[in-house]
Amino acid sequence: MLIKTVDLWKTYTVGTETIHAVQGVSVEIEKGEYVAIMGPSGSGKSTLMNLIGCLDSPTRGEYHLNGRRVSAMSDDELAYIRNKEIGFVFQTFNLLPRASALHNVELPLIYNGTSSGERIRKAKEALKTVDLEDRMTHRPNELSGGQRQRVALARALVNNPALILADEPTGNLDTATGAEIMELFGRLHREGNTIIIVTHERDIAIYADRIFYLRDGKVEKEEDVRHIKNSGN
Amino acid sequence: MKVQLLHLKDSIQMAWFTMRTHKMRSFLTILGVLVGVAAVIGMVAIVQGLNKSMAAQIESLGANVIYVSRFEPQVQVGGGGRSEEERKRKYITFEDAMAIKELCPAVEAVSPEKYWWQEPDGNQVKYRDKEARNPQLGGVVPEYAVVNNCFASEGRFVTDSDINFKTYVCVLGVDVAEALFPHADPIGKQILVNNNRFIVVGVAEKKPAFLGYSQNNYLLIPFTTYRKIYSSSESVWLAVKPKSKAGIEAATDQITQLLRLRRGVPYDKENDFAVFTQDYLMDMYRSITGVAYLVMIVISSIALLVGGVGVMNIMLVSVTERTREIGIRKALGAKRRNILWQFLIEAMTLTGTGGIMGIIFGAALGIFVGAVTPLSATISLWSVIVGFSFSVSVGLFFGIYPATRAAKLDPIEALRYE
Ligand SMILES: Nc1ncnc2c1ncn2[C@@H]1O[C@H](COP(=O)(O)OP(=O)(O)OP(=O)(O)O)[C@@H](O)[C@H]1O
Ligand SMILES: [Mg+2]
Repeated sequence: MLIKTVDLWKTYTVGTETIHAVQGVSVEIEKGEYVAIMGPSGSGKSTLMNLIGCLDSPTRGEYHLNGRRVSAMSDDELAYIRNKEIGFVFQTFNLLPRASALHNVELPLIYNGTSSGERIRKAKEALKTVDLEDRMTHRPNELSGGQRQRVALARALVNNPALILADEPTGNLDTATGAEIMELFGRLHREGNTIIIVTHERDIAIYADRIFYLRDGKVEKEEDVRHIKNSGN
Repeated sequence: MKVQLLHLKDSIQMAWFTMRTHKMRSFLTILGVLVGVAAVIGMVAIVQGLNKSMAAQIESLGANVIYVSRFEPQVQVGGGGRSEEERKRKYITFEDAMAIKELCPAVEAVSPEKYWWQEPDGNQVKYRDKEARNPQLGGVVPEYAVVNNCFASEGRFVTDSDINFKTYVCVLGVDVAEALFPHADPIGKQILVNNNRFIVVGVAEKKPAFLGYSQNNYLLIPFTTYRKIYSSSESVWLAVKPKSKAGIEAATDQITQLLRLRRGVPYDKENDFAVFTQDYLMDMYRSITGVAYLVMIVISSIALLVGGVGVMNIMLVSVTERTREIGIRKALGAKRRNILWQFLIEAMTLTGTGGIMGIIFGAALGIFVGAVTPLSATISLWSVIVGFSFSVSVGLFFGIYPATRAAKLDPIEALRYE
């Protein structure tokens, strides 16, 4: 079992108001799975992703990642887990604007002390995986939206993480480019990566094997969509 | 630590980038650091240059000489001349000199001296068509040689019979001798001193230059002859040689007591004259350079403080501007200390750059002063090291607050920052 959450809660307090963004979520995800999370705006998808991605700690409940209980870890321990086990892909790409594609991809390796030569080698390899080896020296503003998201994907892959998390990775892309990116996710999944994506669109969600539907911070239902994809092919 | 070191190049590059994108802002920020460091380097260079020549000059006065003057030696800082009381003081006279010689057992020799300035353009000294460049003209007694350690290298010095007979003879400083007699032997030649005929009887030993100026542009005539020609005031400059170095204090006391008596100073009043030595001048000089150093420290501290606050400000702005970047780095696994060091290194790069610019600027200033004045400015390695370390430390110190703020940012909030 790669991911196991037990009655996970995330509660925010704004002034006198308390907002339960995630309310008692218990999910299990196996290694090598491809999962989509859907739900209306404000249903807690991003909050749940942040918990799974160790960017945030739950208010209550337990979270085990790769056999480690991360729900009680300190900031620096979480940073270590994020670096080693998790690759993030964001809706807004979140690349360093002044750095080249190569340097952006190198970034996670800087924080685990990889030597400079090794860093460049691995970053080039990751960029090759997303078919961008000819754009290494370009800065984000010299790349198209789709290319930027592929750089972000290469960055997520470069450390060979246990888990790739993508929060609306196609949200800022047109349909065709979005489909390209989803093909890439599909390929990475077939190569053995575990992927979780958040999306609004069912068209995107059905690339996955399983869909969790979230409403008001709770898992409303769960759907196996392997047959749809298979019949679509 | 390894991660932080890997980061060093990155952070320095990033700091350079920030500086280049905000050239004016960065320059104004590091201006304080620049001025602070330049002040240190420049002032140290000049003061050290001054030290060399000044100490040499004061020492050349002779370690063993006591001076008597009707005023305390003082440094004029700004305006403020002599007080009413000081201006009314009696002169130190030739007769005082004779009394000291006779009545102070610890004194070996007394040299009363007078110097003349011919209006309007200084002293005119000629030999045929040759002319010396406004030499100093002194009226002296034979003891001048012993007291001032200034003997004739050619010919002879002023003698007692010169004094008794008020002879028209003179001893030349090397510069005057060379100006008037470039190819000939000056001894026995007749020269014109402010239109009076004098026979050259000697040439004095060469004195070392001071602050790049030669100290040999003078001529000496017998004291009595001087008095006869230039009936100026009774006032004389008095240099006294004690019998031994150990006797300086005894001689000083005896002179002081004698002069109090001769000048009728009541026992409960302060001296209305001064008796001092080279050491005294040296102390005074040291206190001046001490003040210069103090001023320098104050200026550079203020400048560095202003610079430091500026750096803190620019770093806080930088942290805010790059909140998202910090979020990204944290999401990718940067720990608090990674972010902390990134911003500290940036701050240190900023102030270090200001420091290097300050060193260059200060050194240029020192060299410039050395070139246009006779001071020899020395750029000392320690001042460069101190200047640079200080500038970097300012960055470290004033970078702590912004860097801590950056390090503490919550990754999710930072990522969401627009
Ligand atoms: N830092 C926070 N402080 C207070 N409330 C928060 C915070 N973050 C999220 N929330 C609230 O938690 C709820 C879930 O937010 P979340 O961002 O997870 O929704 P989402 O499903 O990702 O929505 P969207 O599809 O619009 O991205 C929302 O009501 C939101 O207002
Ligand atoms: Mg969201």
